[in-house]
Order: sequence, then C-alpha cells, then structure tokens
Amino acid sequence: MSIDGYPTETIIGLEVHVQLKTNTKLFCGCSTRFGAPANTQVCPVCLGLPGALPVMNEGAIDLAIRAGLALDCSIPPLTKWDRKQYFYPDLPKGYQISQFDLPICADGFIEIDNPDSPDQSRRIDILRAHLEEDAGKSMHDEATGRSESRIDLNRCGTPLLEIVSQPDMRSSTEAKLYLTELKLRMTHLGISDCEMQEGSLRVDANVNLHIDVDGKKIATPIVEIKNMNSFRAVERAIDYEIDRQYDEWEETGKTIHDMPKRTFGWDDSKERTFKQREKEESADYRYFPDPDLLPIRLPVERIEQARDGLGEMPAAIRTRLQGQYGIKPYDANVIVNQGRELIDYYEVVANNSGDGKRSSSWIQQDVLRTMNDLQCPVGDFPISAEKLGELLKRVSSGSLDNTRARDVFAHLLENDCTVEEAIEALGIVSVDGNELESLCQELLQSNPAVVEDYKGGKKQAIGSLIGQAKKKNPNANPQQVRETLLRIIDSI
Amino acid sequence: MLDSALEILRLQSTGEASAVDVTEKVFESIESSESSINAFTHVDRDLALATAEAIDKKRRAGEPLGPLAGVPVAAKDVLCTKDMPTTCSSNMLRHFRPPYDATVIEKLRQADAVIVGKTNMDEFAMGASTETSAFGVTRNPWDTSRTPGGSSGGAAACVAAGNVPLSLGSDTGGSIRQPSGFCGVTGLKPTYGRVSRYGLVAFASSLDQIGPIGWSVPDVALLLQAISGFEPRDSTSLDREVPDYTSALQTSDLRGLRIGVLRDALEADGIDDQVRAAVHDAMQVFKSAGAELVDVNLPHSEYWVPTYYVIAPSEASSNLSRYDGAHYGHRATELDPDQVEQLGPLHATYCKSRGEGFGAEVKRRIMVGTYALSEGYADQYYNQALKARRLIKGDYDTAFTQADLLLGPVSPTPAFPLGEKVDDPIQMYLCDLFTVGANLAGIPAISLPAGLNSEGLPLAIQLQAPALQEARLLFAGAAYQTTTDHHQQRPNL
Ligand SMILES: [Zn+2]
Repeated sequence: MSIDGYPTETIIGLEVHVQLKTNTKLFCGCSTRFGAPANTQVCPVCLGLPGALPVMNEGAIDLAIRAGLALDCSIPPLTKWDRKQYFYPDLPKGYQISQFDLPICADGFIEIDNPDSPDQSRRIDILRAHLEEDAGKSMHDEATGRSESRIDLNRCGTPLLEIVSQPDMRSSTEAKLYLTELKLRMTHLGISDCEMQEGSLRVDANVNLHIDVDGKKIATPIVEIKNMNSFRAVERAIDYEIDRQYDEWEETGKTIHDMPKRTFGWDDSKERTFKQREKEESADYRYFPDPDLLPIRLPVERIEQARDGLGEMPAAIRTRLQGQYGIKPYDANVIVNQGRELIDYYEVVANNSGDGKRSSSWIQQDVLRTMNDLQCPVGDFPISAEKLGELLKRVSSGSLDNTRARDVFAHLLENDCTVEEAIEALGIVSVDGNELESLCQELLQSNPAVVEDYKGGKKQAIGSLIGQAKKKNPNANPQQVRETLLRIIDSI
Repeated sequence: MLDSALEILRLQSTGEASAVDVTEKVFESIESSESSINAFTHVDRDLALATAEAIDKKRRAGEPLGPLAGVPVAAKDVLCTKDMPTTCSSNMLRHFRPPYDATVIEKLRQADAVIVGKTNMDEFAMGASTETSAFGVTRNPWDTSRTPGGSSGGAAACVAAGNVPLSLGSDTGGSIRQPSGFCGVTGLKPTYGRVSRYGLVAFASSLDQIGPIGWSVPDVALLLQAISGFEPRDSTSLDREVPDYTSALQTSDLRGLRIGVLRDALEADGIDDQVRAAVHDAMQVFKSAGAELVDVNLPHSEYWVPTYYVIAPSEASSNLSRYDGAHYGHRATELDPDQVEQLGPLHATYCKSRGEGFGAEVKRRIMVGTYALSEGYADQYYNQALKARRLIKGDYDTAFTQADLLLGPVSPTPAFPLGEKVDDPIQMYLCDLFTVGANLAGIPAISLPAGLNSEGLPLAIQLQAPALQEARLLFAGAAYQTTTDHHQQRPNL
C-alpha cells in the first residue's frame, strides 16, 4: 500500500473484550442484566466493601474454556487470578481481578478470507485470552475542577474475556473480517451476546505503520484507539489513523523509538481520532496473585468434555451447507455469518422446499431485507421457516411464479395464515391448459407484427406478449405463457 | 472480675444468674476499668442488654439455646458488624458502619453469645502495641504504663481486665498470641482457612486469621468451636470437618506426645532471660506430664521477619487501595490547590483523603508494599519472599516429622513500656520474631500464660502444631493448665 509518498504497511492488533453470558457476576451472585437502574445490582463483594471476599463463578470458567477452544487456543492445566492495581472511581477495590501470567487461553488463531485474493485465507494469531472483572461506569468531570461525579457500579464485576490478537492484520478490512468471525463464534457458541451498543463487545485497536523509505523500514509510534462503537467505526478509525500517522511522521519524523504508546479516542460524528488524557503517568499495575482466590486447576477431562460439547463450528457449517444444499461459498458465508438462528432457519427452508439455492437467494434477499426493515431477529420473523419452505416448493415446482410468490410472501408477512390460505386470499388460481391456449391464440392474432419480428430473428420480441398476457390474466405463469406462444408460432 | 465462660454457662443453666445479670456485670466492669485501660472503640450497653434479655426469654420458654448462650464476647474492631461501627481503629473508617455481619459475628449470634462491643487495635491491625490506633492507646491491665501488645491489644486487655471472658482477635503475624502473652491470657491462632475470613477487614489476606482469646484453654476451645468451619463465601476456607475441640481437656497425661523444643529461638539474641526461663519451666511441666522432649530447628527462621515484612505490606498495599474517599470512609473536604494543579482534582482527592485518613505506620507499610510489588523490584522482593515462604513451610513440614508440637517463646520480651518502640519500626517488627512463622506456614499456634516475671509482668509460651491440629494444641495446653495455675493469675486493677 502506498499513501502519496513512500510505500507503507499497516500493522494492526486488536484487543477485544467480550462479556460472558453468565446470569451472575464473576465473583458474586449479583445479576448481570443490562439496563437496570444505577447501583441496584450490587452487593458488598462487587462494591469492594471492607471484609468482603470474591468467590469465583464456575460458569464463567466454562464459557472461557469454550471460547478458548472456539479460537483454537490451548487451555493450560493451571490458571490463576491476579490483581491489577490502579486507582479510578469506577474500580471500588482499587484493583481489578484479572489474569496476568497464566491466562486461561493462549496461542490460538482465526482464519479470515484474504481481501486481496478471495480464494486464499489469512491466519490471524491470537496471543492470549484472559478473564477479568469489568469496572463500573463513571461520569467524572475532571476538567472543571469540581468534585461532582456519578458512578454506576452495576457493571462492576461482570465477567469479561479479553482476547488479544497478534499484530497480524494489515488493513481495516482485515480487522473487520477478524471481528466478524470472532463475534460469529462467540454468539454461535452462546459465549457472549456481543452487542457493541450494550458494551458486551468492546474493541481496542493498536495501529502503526511500517514505512519503507528506500528499503529502510521505519515504524511509526503505536496508537491504541478506544471508544469505537461499531465494526464500521473500527474500520473508519483505523483508516483515519493510517492517514494521520503518515502525516504526523512526515511532519515530525517521530518513530516508535521516540514516543511511548498513546491512547486515542474515536469521535464517530467528527470521524476522527483524538488524543485522550493519560490516566496514569506510567502504567505499573503491580500485578500479583490474588490471595483471596485459589489457583484454578483444569483437568484434561474438563477441557475434553467442553470440546465435545462445542458442536459444529461455523467453518464446518459453511462447508457442509455447500455440499448438502449445493450453494456457493459466498452464499454459505452470508448465511453462516448471520449466526446460529439464521443457519437453522435456512436449513428448514431448504429441506422443506427441496431447493437449497432458491432458499439461499430468498433468504439473502427477501428475508434479510425484511428483517432489517422490521428490525426483528430471526426468532421473531413473522414467516416461519416451514411456511417459507412450502412457498418456495411451489415456486420450484412451477405452480407459482416468482412475482406471485412475492405477493404471497408479502401477504404472509401481514397475515397469520397458511400458504394455501394466502394463495386463496390473493385469488391466485392456476390457469388451465385450454384457457392459456386461447389466451395465447388471441394475443398472436392481435399482434401479427410480433410474430413477424420473432420469425425474423428478434427473439426478444416475444417478451411484450408475455407482459400482455400477465395483464390480461395475472395468474398466467410467464414461463408457461412463453412455452405456449412458441409452440403455437412454431406450428403456424 | 467476671467468671470464666464455662462458669457463666453453668450459672445460667442452674438459674443462679441470668444473661442480663452477667451483661450488667460486664458493663459495670467496663465502666470501672475503661478510663485506665481503653480496651474498646465502641460498646453498646442497650444492644447487649436487649440480646441478653432475648436469651433469658428463650431460656424461660424452654427454647433451644446456642452453645455460648448469654456469654459476653467482645470483637476486635476489624470484624464487620452491621449494628456497630467497624473502624479498624482508623480515622479512615471512623464513621463506617458495614451493611453486613462478618461470618464469625453471624456465628456468635447463632450461638446466642452477647456481643458487648468492639475492641481497640493497631490501625488496620498494623502494629504490635495498639499504639497506632486512632482511638488512643490501650494500656496493659498488669501495668498501665505498658503496652498490652498488638495488634489485638484491646481484645487481650479486656479479657485480662475481667471485662469479658472471651474475645475475638485476628492474627496476621502474631496479633492474637503476642497481646495474649503480654496480658497473661490464652490466645489461639487457628490454621489458615479454619475460620472464615468473610467480614474480616483484610490486612494481609494470605496471613490473616481470626481466633479466640480467653482466660483458659477450655474457654478458648468453646469459642473456637463456635467460629470454625468451612464457608463458601471465603474461597480460602477449608472444607474439612471440625472436630470436637471441647472434649478431652481435663487431662494431665501427655504420654506419647513428642514436643519439639525450638533451640534456636531459645538461644536467639535479644531474648529476655526470664522469657527463656519460662520456656525451660514449661519443658519440665510437659516432661513430667509424660511428653517426650526433642530438639528441633527451623533452619530458615532468620528469614521469617524479612519475608513477612515483604509479603504482608505487599498484600496490605493492595487491600487498602479501596480506601480512596470515593465510595465510603474518610474523604478530604478541602483539597490542596497545588495537588489539584499537579494531579487533577481526582488524584488530589485520593492523596488528601488517604493522607488524612491513614496513620504513619499504615502509610509506611503501604509504601513498602507498593515498592515491593513495583515493576523491576517485584522479583527482588515480593517474588523472592514467596520463595522464602515455601522454604519456611518446608522447614515446618520437616520439623513435624520429628515432633507433634513445637514449643518456644511467644515474644522476646514481656510487655514493654508505652512509647518505647513506637518511633522505631524495626524494634517493633522484631516483636514478631517468633510468631510470624506460623502465619507464613498457615499452621495453628497457641499462646499460654507462663507465670509472672520479677516485675509482676506476664510471661508466655507458644505451642505450634501442624495444620488443622488445633485439638492437639488445646489438649497439650489444657494439660499445661491442669498442672500450673499461671492462667488463673489476675492483675490488680
Ligand atoms: Zn455483587
């Protein structure tokens, strides 16, 4: 890649926090439900009151193991808890219980499509994934010098898994592909909801450039971008940062050796990154093993049991859908990337209709578009997979054309009825052979010019007659009309 | 002077005294001694009397009563109580009332004990003389010019003064045993994990343990029984059955028991001659009771104090981070403009609140601990101390293959004058010379009164046992007290 001057390579590493889908917090029994009134889901433990002690939530360990396996990580036989210490009002203990040198997952990877060459894949290595408790939310106005602060500790102690990639991504597109696949696996396996808007998936991106100056590689200072609230924002923030760093280097000549890592925020409305005030002058978190918690032993049996319970992974499903239903890799990708529920929906439609390709294209166009318009998840979609399957079966068998099928689809969206009832309500009846024959005869007689044109080689002239037939009788099947017309012309 | 817990139970069961009578006597006693001793940070007569009345009512109604029914107990002010302040003798928590009870307090209530108040201590349990308290020093009932020891100075002094028969202390490096020794009472530090730490305000989490203080071994056994046991809210609590600590304490027969004498401790520099003599006397007592005496050494004992004074402050620096003025506890009202300028209002609030709320010794340990955990120093200090701790544990493991119990002194000297060491941290830390080993190894140990010195000050001996062998400590301690009367001596108030 080259930005106006020297060739550059973009280096991106991502730190992703996913909130584990447990009912209770990581070290106490408080609920993790989102959206409760401030400070109503707290107890002495998550408030960090004197004398309160943490007790580990085994469910979070199970989900972390599941996540590790889904990311092809190794799970060590022994892991432990460490305290990460810093002062902040949303951290009531003055330390966060996290994992330092023995994370629960290590050395995994995710394969993504290579954006530059679609048939190849790129491997993004995962350094580690560790468990930690979330902090609360604070709104602290430091600038005014007034001591007014508001703190909501509901989120405090919620289990998070921080997944740290190697700096293996080379473009914002790759970062987005990595995030999409990561989110897919987490949601697919019920590990996390991954709702960026609710904070159950958070992304920090570490970005810098390697600039090739006449064969000499110069690295720009690393910037960590925070506060991105959508995958699109991640892409845009990275792209912005690539330009900004190049400009900065041109202007100042500063390299990675001249500056420590800086933290930037992303302003979505202004579409730019901005430097954040450093929280700590130098981040010495003084990690040490939490003496209130025991080390965690993870016997091989527990890990193998988790592996057996994983079920089919997204990549395997993609391959299977292609083989089983004859759809293209691209189509399998679109369906699988929508998550477990849509995959299940697709399979029922495909099985009931007996037409995997048609099911795939209907789902990608009509179903997903409607879901998007209605803002409704798969589970709430008004047309059941069984019904859609039946509808498409009729299309495949030729008893219903695509246009009429879309009418039925629209009717089913609005009305709770069967496909049969919808067809009846719309007055769709199949036109019998004699009726079709006389309709076509009539059209040919009143349009001799078209017949001449057709015979003269303008095959497409027949199209206008099909359109007229449809007008005279909306139930006429265009394919059947065409066949009948041609048969009559040939016999003249 | 109040009777023993066992005697109080007997008097109530025969109807010779009611719980209210006993409680009234407690407050009469506190009233007469408190001005000279200052053992308490908080007492609540009305609350205690209400509890006592409820117990008497239950007794009259023939309802089942707990094993400590009507027995007055005082609790070190490091244990959370929802109906009394919990201050840790610190300005930081001067007005703090926890919304919950510590597990041991819950257990006391279930046992129908009458909690009379909270006892004074070194601030956040950091000290060996109760002089670092923000509520004034506690004085030794045997000699009010001297320290009762610490950090559970108030808990030991109130028993010695006859205010209550029993109290709960906490022991991180000797904080039950040393003040018990200085005050001529019996104090036991249980195995790490034997008693739930839930609701014990943490000083050094891997070392802290709650334990009983009383006149005699049978009383101490009674309280230990009531507070011991596994509890899921403390992940470090041990899921092991609790034996009957109160049985088999009427014996003087120690045949078959091997008692290891800690020779190095007895010959240590700076150990008082009369302290040494008290241990020698105890050796004779155990020998005549039939025990076999063997010499035992703990080779890494010279590293105990340095190891302890890295690990304990490290953990403390972390545990005390929560007192930042943001959520509860002391919060500075007027900020230092220079600090606001330099650090911003948030950090200036932290600095000022912590600066005002903590005393000098607490600050010293926070700084030492912060340093020991810092990047570049952790390997030299904290991680090195963890290695030493493993060696120290190993020494005990070896020693307990040669002996069933270990005998030695509790402290190098008897109670020292107030003010003598308070400005000399190193001298103060050396008070823990013989006690921190049990905390580092997580094993139980007991301090037993061993007579008075020529100045009329209590002397003490210490027995240590393998993990979870509290019953063995109590058994040997009871035998010692069956053949001696040191534990029956009382100060003249
Ligand atoms: Zn909670």
